[in-house]
Amino acid sequence: MPDSVALRPEIQYANLEQQGDTAQLGMWVFLVNETLFFGALIFIYFMYRMTYPHEFAEAAQDAVLWCGTVNLVLLLTSSLTMVLAINSAAQGERRQMIRWLIATAALGIAFLLVKGYEYHLDFQSKVVPVVNFETKAGEGRARQLFWVFYWVGTGLHAIHLIIGVGLVLYMLLWRIRQGKITAVYYAPLEVVGIYWSFVDVVWLFLYPSIYLVGRS
Amino acid sequence: MSSTTAERAAAPDTAPPSEPSYLTAENTVASWLLTKDHKRIALLFFVSITFFFFVGGAAATLMRLNLATPEGLLQPSVYNRMFTMHGIIMVWFFLIPSIPTTFGNFFVPLMIGARDLAFPRVNLGSWYVFNLSGAVVLYSLIMGGADTGWTFYTPLSTSYANGYVFAAAMAVFINGFSTIMTSLNFIVTIHRMRAPGMTWMRLPLFIWATYAVSVVMLTATPVLAMDTFLLAVERFIGVGVFDPNLGGDPILWQHMFWFYSHPAVYIMILPAMGVASEIIPCYARRPIFGYAGMTVALMAIAILSFFVWAHHMFVAGISIYAGVVFSLLTFFVAVPSAIKVFNWTVSLHKGRISFDAPMLYALGFVLLFTIGGITGLMLATLGVDVDVHDTYFVIAHFHYIMVGATVSAFFGALHYWWPKMTGRLYPEMWARFAAILTYVGFNLTFFPQFILGYLGMPRRWYTYPAEWQSWNLLSSAGASILAVAYVLPLLYLGWSLFWGRKAGANPWRATGLEWSTPSPPPTHNFERTPVVTAIPYCYDPEHDSFVTQEGARYAG
Repeated sequence: MPDSVALRPEIQYANLEQQGDTAQLGMWVFLVNETLFFGALIFIYFMYRMTYPHEFAEAAQDAVLWCGTVNLVLLLTSSLTMVLAINSAAQGERRQMIRWLIATAALGIAFLLVKGYEYHLDFQSKVVPVVNFETKAGEGRARQLFWVFYWVGTGLHAIHLIIGVGLVLYMLLWRIRQGKITAVYYAPLEVVGIYWSFVDVVWLFLYPSIYLVGRS
Repeated sequence: MSSTTAERAAAPDTAPPSEPSYLTAENTVASWLLTKDHKRIALLFFVSITFFFFVGGAAATLMRLNLATPEGLLQPSVYNRMFTMHGIIMVWFFLIPSIPTTFGNFFVPLMIGARDLAFPRVNLGSWYVFNLSGAVVLYSLIMGGADTGWTFYTPLSTSYANGYVFAAAMAVFINGFSTIMTSLNFIVTIHRMRAPGMTWMRLPLFIWATYAVSVVMLTATPVLAMDTFLLAVERFIGVGVFDPNLGGDPILWQHMFWFYSHPAVYIMILPAMGVASEIIPCYARRPIFGYAGMTVALMAIAILSFFVWAHHMFVAGISIYAGVVFSLLTFFVAVPSAIKVFNWTVSLHKGRISFDAPMLYALGFVLLFTIGGITGLMLATLGVDVDVHDTYFVIAHFHYIMVGATVSAFFGALHYWWPKMTGRLYPEMWARFAAILTYVGFNLTFFPQFILGYLGMPRRWYTYPAEWQSWNLLSSAGASILAVAYVLPLLYLGWSLFWGRKAGANPWRATGLEWSTPSPPPTHNFERTPVVTAIPYCYDPEHDSFVTQEGARYAG
């Protein structure tokens, strides 16, 4: 297992520095696109929330607050460990980097486990539209709209997080094992880090929208 | 003095290039399907979009055949499916990818002096995703098609849909990923891969146009993706995001759809503007007038395109104040558009103009774009729009922009860059004939539709009162001429692949970096990285000389 190998840039780049810069810009540009993707959903959510404030506040009572909050803590911590991993990579501390990356992936998986348990609780309290949904007496039909956004929003976020965990594992099991992440060239890790933080930021918007509505 | 630019050009240099061209470097099928070469991927895209152009064209042919007589030819339900599939296929599977994925892919690295795009694997992936979405839309078409119109308006596309709306919407959803991958690649490439000396204000205008369109693609497409995703959720699972019975708002779909689809109109026209800006200076042998203004106008159109969407909805029940604001904002877009038309026109002044086929296409582009643009202003006017909304006036207007202007520019680009892409010259006289035929056929097809629209013929109807038949027949007859004009290049360009004269590196005596490398280019484009020292379009009409972007002067 080599600690590092001599890397050469791909044919279209003049040097590794240009390659790394370009890869990072590519991720930032991709995140502009992702921002508008989630932005459209959050925009629709707020439009309907303003249209049906009471229904949405009432529906949000059934959201499992502790699950969302634990997940907020897990994900924020994972962004910290991700940054520490990149920092270790920049300093050439290979073992440290691997340790922080394992912690990042573990926190991401923990988030998904909590989310899965929360989905289980949601199913039991009958808030899964179409599949298992109970309309309570005296409630407007818009209550179901809230839950549509809950499932679409958290579902898409979970898919993004699964991809993020996959990328971290790919770094650990492939790129780092091959010795392709070094203090000289660790741009791929930074690209994954930028993506990871974005997934984190999406939760920062979803969390108050879903769990804190009408709980003041 | 001979009559065409190619004949005036110096004989091709006979020294063999040191590297084999990208076409002959490898010959296996796998070397094409797994290629990372942007030039080969451009040709792969060219094959795919040409196929869809003719599928969409077949649907249009059936529509025009049906409308030739008031009695019609098709069942009303079949007619509905034909115009829907015509719209979906032409918009997402030909017009939006047309110039960016073919000429953009091929020439962005060549024009900025790069060896490839920034992310070649993403580029190849984009082609596969495109074909996947194409397979889904063909599935939808073969199973019977959708009948909602290309706009998928709810609740017609949800509660009342017949046919394969879900498949069609998914095809559009998947197609968006291809668009996003391509546009991301262009933005990053133009930012980071320019040759030494290629500053922003030395970029050819085609690169500026590709950049502008990529920004629009990147920011508009995800909104459509979320939109069609929610539509699919509603249609497939049965929850009501847009269904008023379940608390949803059907007008929301229209807002979200046009927030993407109005910018999408500019996605179709911006690359065409870039093409015209390359061709006109080259064949007028004169620098482009107002280069800086052209770049600002491109970016202004790109940005303004996001603030005009509700002009599609003046009769959809939006408030009168919103209508006034969106009407005004729509007028603003006319300003940068008019700047561009003015600059192209002035670029001809005191030029040494030769009416070769690419120039004929480019001039056709300017004329048709002007007619389409001015009728667009008429439609932006609230009172007029309420009168002619959903009539053939609207159909004629957007076909002047999307078909007249964009497809003309597409063919102009195809002829202009054909020698570079294939190493062969096309037969000039046939090409001029096709260019003029396109212009005549197009105007015959669509000008009568302005009149029909003003008389009040609604769009999407399979029949009409008998007194409108002469205009409709004229339109159908024009369509048959247009069809010939579109098939013709396929024949003589195919012929030229084998029997055309060999082109030199720079048959049109143009200034861009793409002409400094052999035709067809070697796999990695340049034998050495070019160093740029000059602005583009340094043509001198008086002495018939020009200076390439690398600073080399060629006398007349």
